[in-house]
Amino acid sequence: MKKTIPLTLLVFVVYALHQDFWNWKQAEPLLSGFMPIGLAYHAGYSGVAALVMVVFVKFAWPAHLENVEPYRADNKTEAKR
Amino acid sequence: MIPALVVFAYLAVILYIGIFAFRKGKATSEDYFVASRSLGPYVFLLSLFGTNMTAFAILGSSGLAYQRGIGVYGLMASASGLVIPLSIFFIGTRLWALGKRFGHMTQVQFFRDRWECSFIGTVLFALTAVMLVPYIIIGMMGGGHTLETLTTVNDAASNSVMIEVLRNGQTILEPKHWISYELGSAIVAVVVMSYVFFGGMRGTAWVNAFQTVMFLTFGTLAFVLIAKNLGGFDHIVERLAANPKTEGLLTRARISQQEFFSYTFIPLSAIMFPHIAIMCMTAEKVTAFKKTVIFYPLCIAAIWLPSVFLGLVAADQFPGLKPGESDDVILRLLTANTGVVVAGFLGAAIMACVMATDSQILALGTMFTKDIVSYYAGAERFSEATVVWTGRAFVVTITVVAYFIALALEDKAGIFELAIRFAFSGFAALAPVMLAALFWKRSTKWGALAAALWVAGTMAGSWYLYEMSAGLAPKPGQSFVQIFPVLGDLFLRSPGNVLVYGFLPVMPMVLGSAFFMGIVSLLTKAPSRATLEKYFPANADSPTARQTK
Repeated sequence: MKKTIPLTLLVFVVYALHQDFWNWKQAEPLLSGFMPIGLAYHAGYSGVAALVMVVFVKFAWPAHLENVEPYRADNKTEAKR
Repeated sequence: MIPALVVFAYLAVILYIGIFAFRKGKATSEDYFVASRSLGPYVFLLSLFGTNMTAFAILGSSGLAYQRGIGVYGLMASASGLVIPLSIFFIGTRLWALGKRFGHMTQVQFFRDRWECSFIGTVLFALTAVMLVPYIIIGMMGGGHTLETLTTVNDAASNSVMIEVLRNGQTILEPKHWISYELGSAIVAVVVMSYVFFGGMRGTAWVNAFQTVMFLTFGTLAFVLIAKNLGGFDHIVERLAANPKTEGLLTRARISQQEFFSYTFIPLSAIMFPHIAIMCMTAEKVTAFKKTVIFYPLCIAAIWLPSVFLGLVAADQFPGLKPGESDDVILRLLTANTGVVVAGFLGAAIMACVMATDSQILALGTMFTKDIVSYYAGAERFSEATVVWTGRAFVVTITVVAYFIALALEDKAGIFELAIRFAFSGFAALAPVMLAALFWKRSTKWGALAAALWVAGTMAGSWYLYEMSAGLAPKPGQSFVQIFPVLGDLFLRSPGNVLVYGFLPVMPMVLGSAFFMGIVSLLTKAPSRATLEKYFPANADSPTARQTK
């Protein structure tokens, strides 16, 4: 529960940041002289999304799934092709 | 002709990969349908990403950016970069564990067992199958058209050689091609069918992984070469900014804030596509998901960022193209700015995306075999060999039927493209059903049925409103039009969509699905204790938790 609240907040904040209304009708500044700010912002957003997933893998990884007991269809035999 | 030769070399390579996978495989249904759940982390990442890439990501995104500007990236790519990895993280890992623990290979097998009901599985099977078929047909059509375009015959001055053809009783002039649409579609159908038929999931996954690597490599190369040939992009952006007709492309002036927000719901569809869900069951270990969810947003950026930006470049290079004409701006840029071999390699990469139908065909074959034939006829009646051959028979049948539909309804491609658009919303709206099945003990089959009916009804309703309001559609830049003035802004018509209070239908569809799933579940009887203990064992936080050590 300690991790649930900050992680949920993180998702909501990053999700909300997708709606960058402040860049809506402006092209400048141009990143590297050619990339409009609205496009540069969302390119950076993709990087932030990757970082969010790093955080989830580190702090919310479902480790218990690593030990799932596999299903075995023992009554089935391998057949000829 | 060189681009066509490169494409044929590419087709030969993927055919070889499929046959190589056949030789490596075992003759069990688990091997044929889910590669014995044995894919390593890198093949898993690349194949899952490649499976989700469609022709639209390449051709469509550039064409759309040509018309609507940079906002297309935020509209589709950056939202997907957050939502898809999160859904793979929460849903994909659980599907993997369910498959491993209980032997499930499809979503429907899980739904039937989880809610102790055959009928709900059949309803969801029918709904997802109907939404998947248009993709296969469009893929077949796209393959035919791409091969036809790549083999256009040019004269010494690089102009298309024209020939007279009879169309609807009239003689018209058309460019001459070495390979016709019909033959191109047939070649694509035979190649895809062959490696899916022989290689099953292993062949499909390997081919998708190969395709992803190829596209990332040659897509980047093409972007760099185009930039070099044009002397950089600075002056192009300056020209676009100075022209009142194109300055809006550098901002989001052509996209409303409501539409932009509603698009964040669309990526929920990814995990609900049967081919993606089934692909999640192919990883050898759940840890394979770690790299996948972290690199997924970066892979999306690597593909979409150049594609969207090249759409802007095309607006400067080839001004005045109409929506239908701007779909091939990438090909036009390549032809004008790179050598033929590079153009050929990228043509092959585009073919790869067009041929994403492979995993969809296999998924449909898996569903028919497991959810219908084995389920209703009794799985115990069939040997493993029979099940595998049944799957293969469905792969052939689906491909042949899709091919003939692609031929017969070539001029009706718009209908299938429209069906795909609505299917995206439909799959997204089924996400609450999956979330409830995995994480909410109290969810019931009746809740799932109510949500499924809501999805089917709203999809049909959206399509009806779209068709009946076609005559009202405003031109780009004009204000939205009220479809029923008496209802105010409830239903609006934009140039390309029906809107609900300015939002895309997908938003109310998802929220409504969650509402019906919740309220109807609370009003009906929960599944039996045995089932709940099976999926939600005591002292565990997941439906699949069963510690063995």
